[in-house]
Amino acid sequence: MECRLQRGPCVGEEIWVDSRTVYIGHKDPPPGAEANIPQRYPDNRIVSSKYTFWNFIPKNLFEQFRRIANFYFLVIFLVQLIIDTPTSPVTSGLPLFFVITVTAIKQGYEDWLRHKADCSINECPVDVVQQGKVVRTQSHKLRVGDIVVVREDETFPCDLILLSSSRHDGTCYVTTASLDGESSHKTYYAVQDTMAFRTEQEVDSLHATIECEQPQPDLYKFVGRINIYKDKEEPLARPLGAENLLLRGATLKNTQHIYGTVAVYTGMETKMALNYQSKSQKRSAVEKSMNAFLIVYLCILISKAVINTVLKYAWQWSPDRDEPWYNHRTENERQRHMVIRAFTDFLAFMVLFNYIIPVSMYVTVEMQKFLGSYFITWDEEMFDEELGEGAQVNTSDLNEELGQVEYVFTDKTGTLTENNMEFIECCVDGNVYIPHAICNGQILSAASSIDMIDSSPGGYRREHEDLFFRALCLCHTVQVKEEETVDGIKRGIHQGRPTSFYISSSPDEVALVEGMKRLGYTYLRLKDNYMEILNKDDEIERFELLHVLNFDSVRRRMSVIVKSSSGEYLLFCKGADSSIFPRIVSGKVEQVKARVEQNAIEGLRTLCVAYRRLSESEYQEACHHLNEAKLALQDREQRLAQAYDIIERDFVLLGATAVEDRLQEKAADTIESLHKAGMKVWVLTGDKMETAAATCYASKLFRRSTQILELTKKRTEEQSLHDVLFELNRTVLRQRSISGYDRVSVGLSVDCLDFGLIIDGATLSAVLKANQERAGSGNYREIFLEICRNCSAVLCCRMAPLQKAQIVKLIKASKEHPITLAIGDGANDVSMILEAHVGIGIMGKEGRQAARNSDYAIPKFKHLKKMLLVHGHYYYIRIAELVQYFFYKNVCFIFPQFLYQFFCGFSQQPLYDTAYLTLYNISFTSLPILLYSLVEQHITMETLKRDPSLYRDIAKNSLLRWPVFLYWTCLGVFDAVIFFFGAYFLFDNTTFTSNGQMFGNWTFGTLVFTVLVFTVTLKLALDTHHWTWINHFVIWGSLLFYVIFSLLWGGIIWPFLNYQRMYYVFMQMLSSGPAWLSIILLITVSLLPDVIKKVLCRTMCPTATERAQVTYCHQLHSETKALNCLVSRLGVRCLSCISCKSIPLVNHPGRPLGSLIALSNSMI
Amino acid sequence: MVKEEQELANRPDNTAFTQQRLPAWQPMLSAGIVIPGFVLIGLAFIGIGVALFVTSRSIQVLEFDYTGVDQNSPCFKCSDPKVLNCVCNLNFSIDSLFKGTVFFYYGLSNYYQNFRKYGVSKDDVQLSGDLTNFKTPSDTCSPYAYDSNNQPIVPCGSIANSMFNDAFKLYQIINGTNTLVPFDGKGIAWWTDYNIKYRNPSITPLKNAFNNTVKPIFWSKPAYELDTSDPANNGFINQNFLVWMRRAALPNFRKLYGRINEGDYAQGLPAGNYSLEIAYNYPVLSFDGRKKVVFSNVSWMGGKNEFLGIAYLVIGSMCVFMSIVMLIVYAKFKFPEEDGVPGH
Repeated sequence: MECRLQRGPCVGEEIWVDSRTVYIGHKDPPPGAEANIPQRYPDNRIVSSKYTFWNFIPKNLFEQFRRIANFYFLVIFLVQLIIDTPTSPVTSGLPLFFVITVTAIKQGYEDWLRHKADCSINECPVDVVQQGKVVRTQSHKLRVGDIVVVREDETFPCDLILLSSSRHDGTCYVTTASLDGESSHKTYYAVQDTMAFRTEQEVDSLHATIECEQPQPDLYKFVGRINIYKDKEEPLARPLGAENLLLRGATLKNTQHIYGTVAVYTGMETKMALNYQSKSQKRSAVEKSMNAFLIVYLCILISKAVINTVLKYAWQWSPDRDEPWYNHRTENERQRHMVIRAFTDFLAFMVLFNYIIPVSMYVTVEMQKFLGSYFITWDEEMFDEELGEGAQVNTSDLNEELGQVEYVFTDKTGTLTENNMEFIECCVDGNVYIPHAICNGQILSAASSIDMIDSSPGGYRREHEDLFFRALCLCHTVQVKEEETVDGIKRGIHQGRPTSFYISSSPDEVALVEGMKRLGYTYLRLKDNYMEILNKDDEIERFELLHVLNFDSVRRRMSVIVKSSSGEYLLFCKGADSSIFPRIVSGKVEQVKARVEQNAIEGLRTLCVAYRRLSESEYQEACHHLNEAKLALQDREQRLAQAYDIIERDFVLLGATAVEDRLQEKAADTIESLHKAGMKVWVLTGDKMETAAATCYASKLFRRSTQILELTKKRTEEQSLHDVLFELNRTVLRQRSISGYDRVSVGLSVDCLDFGLIIDGATLSAVLKANQERAGSGNYREIFLEICRNCSAVLCCRMAPLQKAQIVKLIKASKEHPITLAIGDGANDVSMILEAHVGIGIMGKEGRQAARNSDYAIPKFKHLKKMLLVHGHYYYIRIAELVQYFFYKNVCFIFPQFLYQFFCGFSQQPLYDTAYLTLYNISFTSLPILLYSLVEQHITMETLKRDPSLYRDIAKNSLLRWPVFLYWTCLGVFDAVIFFFGAYFLFDNTTFTSNGQMFGNWTFGTLVFTVLVFTVTLKLALDTHHWTWINHFVIWGSLLFYVIFSLLWGGIIWPFLNYQRMYYVFMQMLSSGPAWLSIILLITVSLLPDVIKKVLCRTMCPTATERAQVTYCHQLHSETKALNCLVSRLGVRCLSCISCKSIPLVNHPGRPLGSLIALSNSMI
Repeated sequence: MVKEEQELANRPDNTAFTQQRLPAWQPMLSAGIVIPGFVLIGLAFIGIGVALFVTSRSIQVLEFDYTGVDQNSPCFKCSDPKVLNCVCNLNFSIDSLFKGTVFFYYGLSNYYQNFRKYGVSKDDVQLSGDLTNFKTPSDTCSPYAYDSNNQPIVPCGSIANSMFNDAFKLYQIINGTNTLVPFDGKGIAWWTDYNIKYRNPSITPLKNAFNNTVKPIFWSKPAYELDTSDPANNGFINQNFLVWMRRAALPNFRKLYGRINEGDYAQGLPAGNYSLEIAYNYPVLSFDGRKKVVFSNVSWMGGKNEFLGIAYLVIGSMCVFMSIVMLIVYAKFKFPEEDGVPGH
């Protein structure tokens, strides 16, 4: 690659390996610059669809057969086609076809929707400047290098560099609401040399190239350089940054039009498109156990086939058995080699038993998840009036994981708290100022609102006060919006000018600027790079804004460099105390620090403000550092950070501010519920320890009884980390051994003495680092985890975003492998949301990044309670039953067939007819379980919400653990044995009918199959606790369908079949009394053990769930009794209540009495 | 205004279904319901069981093995496969009247009519009288589709080929003379098999339909001459053939041969001495099989089957027993919240 001379010598990092050169307006660069290597870029077509009309079938089939289960059935199907197998290929082909078709239809539909959306985007009109004229074209025809004109309220068609704007200062306002949800107006800047262009001719005459990095998905990062060629001069190079790049999907606001913007990234290379690429898939614990069960069943299948093959050859040892005279083989078969015969037999057995792997399980699970997730979106209780939005489901794969959460990692700001900041006070050198905001609706005058606590007059104080207020008015990125209609949240300032609002991506800044306003210093606007302030004396002060050193979460501070009207260069900085104090050289550090700490204890968010006077030379040096860093194409971030580090030092401390962030509605209640549900709640925050701890107390994460363990830098400075860790561990263990006995007797009640741990980021990294250095011995990580395990609540403060993810990862990888949930609202929570098993985003004020990257998004923290305790619980029990039932019903189905082999000389004779084999899974038994898994509610929602401890009943994947699985499988085997031997003894040498006729083998199979279908369906009926009309419809409907189908299947000679073995079999069977009696007997016997087990377990060791069911029922009973008396007095027949009748409790949630009133109304 | 509309659009529907509040019946398997339920089911089952058991007990069954393994057996001489056209007589006496219609079955043991290859070895199209399949029987019939001269076999396949061909005649010995007890061979096969599923080709005489075909290798008579006495009982709708073609489910099975319901024997077989003349043709010893004949009368519930009655009794009493166990357990572990007595 070529090395271009810019300023100074060629530096290594300026070799542009990964860059592109864009020729604006497709003009060749002047000769002597660089050779024009034409680069090919995609057109501006957005393709979010996966398939085209032509490749849908092959591509979709390929995708589907990559699934192991589908592939397995394909193999079975092929085996059936190739070798002579007992069942026709239809039996596995049709279900497979069904499953594949259903999935393909679902995916095809989704893709069609995407196609439609793509189409409307690709065909929207765009104005392009060509030969000095504006030409209208379609969006997808845009090419890299085109100059585009965008008008107000239009969406940018691709990623553009702003060349000039209709605004004179070369800026334009943009909202990126559809990209990251931030509705605030962001300012973008035109390239300085081109901002003066006003007409398309001017723009068209521009001769320049843009060099920039290759497309990458980070929305907030862009580095590039524009080279402007003017007649024969050295090209003029200007740095381009994210502030020059207008992103596709964003909308132009408050600017009439922008001219001559140039496309740099198009089509699928735009940052928006790059961001829509799918995230790595998360798999739920249920899916993992499902796969484990599948492997077990595969082993069972193979061993069954092997056993039968071996037995077959052992049994056939004598030639009479091998080939009795009535059943000769063909010559071909006789000549086949023994090994080949055995292998074919093995395959034939595999085919015969292959139904033990439930073919439709995956598709049912998929449908259950897909359809079931709608209940979350539909939930009205999770709809937020203010936002106008309800919960969102981004992945339906994790529904049931919501019922398995053991650790909740929550962000503090915006998640636990409102992120609705209110300025409380500020302190300058220890003097506290409190604005009296609104008293009885009347606003006090600005002057009287300053409350001086510690008045120590003097010029020094006065000077600092002035500087402090100015610092707060200047050091921010707030914009003033002077119109009524602001998209998104309104923040009105109804003081004289009802039409102006402050808008910022950080609510803290708005609160501060508004607070300043209440204290008499009003920030008016930024005009032509001058910031205007209306001071206490109603004078306008103007400061030239020279540089903004933007906030970032690593530095945790921001600065501005301004030039005052008197020509002074001032650097104002505000930031977290920990990032400011080390850089202070003078000021009343002690007083401010004390105040900051006190405020933090009260749960307020504090910021420290400092300044530095820059001399001319210092300023030039700073400028140099900044420009150099900004011009760099590579590692710009790092170099900027270095530059900031050099500039932001030697501060003079001015004071501190305190902003209150109120707790979200019902946050404490939610946390308490989560605790009761057995979840451990960790708060991960970037805030100070004191602030965070105060919030934790307020939100009842820590109670007064909680013993707080501290693992902070302060402590580790006194003792070594090693000692602290061991001491804490000892404390925890001692307590546990004491209370251990009590806890057993107390049982499920909430632990009376619990621990809370507070750890800060620095100590955490020390704990983790120590482990890496000394692997094996002195494993701090283990001790730390041991401590954490015994703490019900942990607070991690001073965390960097990546550390949040680290913590989640650490817990995930600990030896119990708990299920983790991360919830947050801001961009800094994205890493932990992606890391945790379940990531939940709050649709908060800090943009939509968290919501976009999450698996589920909810409007408020309080909705987490219903999400986990109700939806999660339901989804888990539903899918657990679904999975277990699927295996159970297939064991019942296939095991009789296995047993039959012992009575048919291992000849692979199928027990059931082809139609039954085919339809068992796809129609006779499919719908009841699907609908069960959509609407089952073993306990009412109100009970689940009222009693969070019920969540513990399903913790640790309890319904899918091996003992439960074994129980279901054994039940299946037992039932299968009952079916088979019941029918066997019944058929044993006797006749069934009064006309003395005998039944054949298909009647035998049909009898077993009838018992089977009825038993498995009734087993599900026994497990159903919530009988809505849907359940009744599908359960009884399925049974009816089976009977009608069988009557029809056996009632007609089907012309397309070459065998008529089922003809009249079903009718003949039903004409026999003993067949009816034995069907009833066998169904009863098969269901009995499960009923007995249920009743005994319920009576002897009821789970909390069962208790709750009884309590709920009991409550209804007692109230029904009262009602009954009332009703009977009215002469209405007394209700005999054997079961609970639940009436929709819409109007009276949580109160059975309400339902009773409804009941009484309905009765009378 | 626009915003309000948008809110309305986003707001989820407040219906019972979407809010998961459909009215529902919530039954519970609590001891309070299950114990009385068990008692009821148990008592009902015991009742049915007793009825079944008593009925089953009243059914008379007479069974004779005539394979001829034992040297003293009357059919021993015929058990040698080399002896052809062997006839043996089985003498027995009945002590008391065999009431009602007596059904006469033959039974085979250790005979696998349910072998898969055996089971598919027939041609349903041929058997429904389609002449094209007379010329070209289906492949499934192999190796009994064509004989060594490549002539099609009709009816083809292993099942037809191995049709049971022992013949029975029953005589009552009254004062030393043998009186024939007639077997009614009609209606021993399913009505649908006889009338719908199996059809002879509509060619008269039936013999012509079988031109250019050969009878199954094992058969002594062609299909159209199975019953010389009754022309409507020939070809594919011969009752014994139909009975044989309905494959038994298990390796030990019985098949109906005839009913005794005519003349003097319409009320049953009177007590006395009988002789069963057996035309012993069917070889079973090569695969260690057994042949037997069974006389049985039936009740409303079919033949003698004590299993069903006993099973009902056992399950019924188990239910009652379990309800007692549950009552004890329940009394011991009763939830404090539950009052146990359901209803009122």
